[in-house]
Amino acid sequence: MNACSDVKQEVNPHMNDSNTRCCQVFAVSPPDDTRAAVLVNEWVNDEYKRLVLQADGAACHSQPGQFFNLLCPAEGEHKPFFRRPMSTYKADPVSGQVEFLYKVTGKGTYGLESLLEGQTLEILGPLGQGFTLSGDWQHMVIVGRGVGLATLAPLAEAAHERGIKLTAVLSARNAKNLLSAQRFESLGADVIALLDEDGSSSPENLERVLREVIAREGSNALFTCGSKRITRLLKQLSAELGLFGQVALEQQMVCGLGMCQCCVEVFEVEGVRVGKRVCLEGPVFDLAEVTQ
Amino acid sequence: MIDLSVNVGRLRLKNPVMPASGTFAEELTHLLDFNQLGALVTKTITSEMRTGNPMPRVCELPDGMMNAIGIPSKGADAYIDKSVPFYRDFDSPLIVSVSAPTVQGFAVLAARLSGVPGISGIEANISCPNIEAHGQSFGMEAQSTAQVVKAMRAVTDLPLWVKLTPNSGHVTDVAIAAQEEGADAVVVGNTLLGLAIDIERGRARLGNFMGGISGSMIKPLMVRLTYQCAQVLKIPVIGCGGISTADDALEYLFAGASAVQVGTATFIHPKAMHLIVDELSAFCRRKGIARLSSIIGSLDDSLAAPFGVQS
Repeated sequence: MNACSDVKQEVNPHMNDSNTRCCQVFAVSPPDDTRAAVLVNEWVNDEYKRLVLQADGAACHSQPGQFFNLLCPAEGEHKPFFRRPMSTYKADPVSGQVEFLYKVTGKGTYGLESLLEGQTLEILGPLGQGFTLSGDWQHMVIVGRGVGLATLAPLAEAAHERGIKLTAVLSARNAKNLLSAQRFESLGADVIALLDEDGSSSPENLERVLREVIAREGSNALFTCGSKRITRLLKQLSAELGLFGQVALEQQMVCGLGMCQCCVEVFEVEGVRVGKRVCLEGPVFDLAEVTQ
Repeated sequence: MIDLSVNVGRLRLKNPVMPASGTFAEELTHLLDFNQLGALVTKTITSEMRTGNPMPRVCELPDGMMNAIGIPSKGADAYIDKSVPFYRDFDSPLIVSVSAPTVQGFAVLAARLSGVPGISGIEANISCPNIEAHGQSFGMEAQSTAQVVKAMRAVTDLPLWVKLTPNSGHVTDVAIAAQEEGADAVVVGNTLLGLAIDIERGRARLGNFMGGISGSMIKPLMVRLTYQCAQVLKIPVIGCGGISTADDALEYLFAGASAVQVGTATFIHPKAMHLIVDELSAFCRRKGIARLSSIIGSLDDSLAAPFGVQS
């Protein structure tokens, strides 16, 4: 198996801005458009599938929070014209493998669902700016719901590697739909499951749980993906408690490279409302600047 | 060695393949060698900053897309300070696409860019369907086109390309007007105005209501307009619309285009332009053609013999 150590590493220039509260810079590989071979495409529960690709080159250097633009194959009457953005669930430069976790919901994912072992698909990436971590942190909290948890899983891995203690608050409809709980647990995370079916996922209870965890653990940072409601809560908490916080946003995209300007969201930076491209300036943004 | 070079007025391009404005950015350097492109055409700028249209700005069609981006622009200052220094390091000519709300605005911007080293030409985007209500633009009429081109020509010696709109009912008249006022070339053309409706919500699928259709579905229409413009013009025509392969590009060259622009295809296949350049060479080899430019306008348009005989 080819390792991808020959890929040129570039330090992300955006991360050097003095106004970025940057703690640790991940080495970012420039994107490439490559044909990756399907190794595994299996159901992990009733709703989600895990796709494992052999993707030597730039792809397997994807950093936590980065994503790919996938050229999903046509499936019967479903013929997606655009690519579909999907965040990296796992990337391993040693094995050259990249993984995605996806819910089969529309034209793009119908095609992905049909992929068989040995087939190939074109993947453009790694794209965007990933999460920021600091080795100085003692503890951080990840809060996710639904497929947002797939985006946060590589961040948990990176935190684990840096010796940062982690609490993962996972919100879901029911216990069966809890994604990646085992993966978070295997990384030594303290996992708290909050469910719709027993009411524990209510906004009030989530806030109560988070305040308790942050107070007990002396958390340094909060991260989330996948829910506007949770994002708003974390923005409020991080501002109130003075904690570093980031969110990975989801948005309709076309090119994934910053060309088409279709994924622009409004952010508030130093009191000024500015448009930023989720694909290029994001998808990870500081909670302080999100306005959704 | 196949000679892929073409002339577009005073500019000699190493090959006829260039990006369409709005579908190209610095980030593509990771995927494309910009020195292998015929020219570098950048996203339309305006003098002032613009935020662009409300979301959603794009929607997917069965074999293409519709957009109403609305020309978000960081303004001319930012472009001159940041973008030009980046692009001028490549040896492919930099063509700056510009737009303005008034005739005078086009002239002011053209004058401003004329003194900037590294800019090889200006493309006047008089055809964006997403700025004024319901697709109105200077390019809809010959008279307003003439005013814009005349005002720009008066203030700049740079090669001036004029991007036409297929939404006009008299595209060749508009093209002739551009030529008469001193345009060096016309680009045929911008997107086709459309309306897509979300029947569940009873609303337009785009935030700006209407939008511009692009992709392979508009290619036959744009090839036809390219042919018609090339028939009546002395200045070169640059073809644009639904090109994703060398075969598509060749249709435009046969129809009379001296060069082509690739747009939507790059969104799906960021390396598409490279592939097209390679395939153009392969086509010439297969056909025993030494110079690609010999294909330009070589379409056999003699009328077919009448079918049958009336008895």
